[in-house]
Amino acid sequence: MKENELVDFVVTARKYRTLLTNKYKNRPVWHEQEVGDVISLLPGTIIKILVEEGQKVKEGELILVLEAMKMLNRVAAPVSGIIKEIYVKEGDKISKTHLMLKIDPK
Amino acid sequence: MTDLEKNIQALREMKAVAEKGGGEAAIEKQEAMGKLTARKRILSLLDPGSFHEYDMFVKHAGRDFGMEKKDFPGDGAVTGTGTIFGAPVCIYAQDFTVAGGSLGLQHARKITKIMDHALKMQCPIIGINDSGGARIQEGVQALAGYGEIFYRNTIASGVIPQISLILGPCAGGAVYSPALTDFVFVVENISKMFITGPNVIKTVLGEDISMEDLGGARVHAEITGNAHFYAKSEQECFDQIKRLVSFIPWNNTRKAKSIEPKEPSINLDIDKVIPADPKLPYDVRDIIKCIVDDSNFLEIQELWAANIVVGFGRMDGETVGFVANQPMVLAGVLDCDSSDKAARFIRFCDSFNIPIITLEDMPGYLPGVDQEHAGVIRHGAKVLYAYSEATVPKITVILRKAYGGGYIAMNSRHLGADFMFAWPSAEIAVMGPEGAANIIFRKEILEAEDQNAVRQQKVKEYIEKFANPYVAASKGFIDSVIEPKETRSLLLHALKLSVLKEEYRPAKKHGLPPF
Repeated sequence: MKENELVDFVVTARKYRTLLTNKYKNRPVWHEQEVGDVISLLPGTIIKILVEEGQKVKEGELILVLEAMKMLNRVAAPVSGIIKEIYVKEGDKISKTHLMLKIDPK
Repeated sequence: MTDLEKNIQALREMKAVAEKGGGEAAIEKQEAMGKLTARKRILSLLDPGSFHEYDMFVKHAGRDFGMEKKDFPGDGAVTGTGTIFGAPVCIYAQDFTVAGGSLGLQHARKITKIMDHALKMQCPIIGINDSGGARIQEGVQALAGYGEIFYRNTIASGVIPQISLILGPCAGGAVYSPALTDFVFVVENISKMFITGPNVIKTVLGEDISMEDLGGARVHAEITGNAHFYAKSEQECFDQIKRLVSFIPWNNTRKAKSIEPKEPSINLDIDKVIPADPKLPYDVRDIIKCIVDDSNFLEIQELWAANIVVGFGRMDGETVGFVANQPMVLAGVLDCDSSDKAARFIRFCDSFNIPIITLEDMPGYLPGVDQEHAGVIRHGAKVLYAYSEATVPKITVILRKAYGGGYIAMNSRHLGADFMFAWPSAEIAVMGPEGAANIIFRKEILEAEDQNAVRQQKVKEYIEKFANPYVAASKGFIDSVIEPKETRSLLLHALKLSVLKEEYRPAKKHGLPPF
């Protein structure tokens, strides 16, 4: 046992001394998702962005096209509001759960 | 020369051509990568002189893109029968020197033929994967070949042991044959397994990742859990397989071969492994080594989900499966991965008539959003399912902590354990004393002037009352509280008592384990 790598580890109010696995150390960290966040559901390429920052959009309005798994996926605004920030540009290759843009809900 | 001699001469020449595979240059390339050729691999694995090759002269079935003019010796697959320590096995190896080991219809037919043979002969099947993938020129008939292999892997599952070696690339659909088998072996720098390779990931995502980082041996042995054994060289891999084969039966109607019993090493003292403080770790494999014959324990999936230990040992010469919480890693909690690992191993043991000994010391399930969102409910349920479903002898020894849902899951009396032992150090309770005291005495602690002192006092009270094996023993949930030194002899007794065990389940097509 690698004594010098032992750490405190809490399971239901009790602290244990133990080793951690690499997988545990690299586990995904959870972030709260905001209402107007538009997140990619598939990895792919941004083909077209149809909105600009500051523009008003209605719920269900087409905002961008993401090519993923050999399909052109039409991404619609999840809420009505104003486009706050766009984090991608046309041609960008993005992974799954990438934050593409933010809408300030109105 | 007589006619017979001429015929024999001709046969020998044909065999020599076939045995050359893809020819000198291709063989050199293969060896430069640290890889043996398909036939050499088989010969290294089997008992000397025991290999008999089938279908050496099979011709490939490609008829398009000029393929009809090409000759692929044995169509890139070497198949046959042989023995390992006298155990009959059927075996196939993809030959990367012939058309990159690509899988065409006839290549697949050779494999499915030897698989069918294994099922009929009721002996283990061993597959050596080293292939560039489907032979694209053959189109859908190559895909048909894969499907026919997967179907046989599934039908043979739980009937004959199935072993896969990944000794080269194994990509796309090809990965699903190993994934359906019981034990997957990988070798550092040689094994590559993935559904979509680095090129596709680069095209789609623009992300650069090497084959090794994406689906190398270490990744599958430590991160994905797709592999069960990890070796530094092909030779080490073959030695691991031989050792595994010595522990498992030839098929599901037999028991594993017994060997001469041997006492555990006298250098180990079972009384000295576990620290007195329940919060301190130790290596549970040291306990196993104090219990098994010759202190000889074959660990499976050593690098993945190391918070649970599974593997084979022998008791009085007979193979036994061990499932043990590992306090040294993540305090021995159950989580998604360790649940999957334990459940699959329990189901292997149950399929192949191997009694299961469970050594328990666990604080509960791993807390965390990532665990909950990864489906720890569904994964954890597999352990309950596997233990409850198993009808082989099931014996549990509670070494230290047995808290909450973990107590139930780790082969408790309630899931059908045949023998329940506990050491005097066992703590069988709904949760750890700190957590329990915080809940039960919440009001008293909050209202106290010195909250910490009262909390400590209440924790102490809880420990005295519940952190022991005697409450469970008073209900009959534990059969006996034993001294650590008695463990081996009582386990031998329990195993002896359960040789005639028969337990029946209602007839069904199959159960629905929470996959």
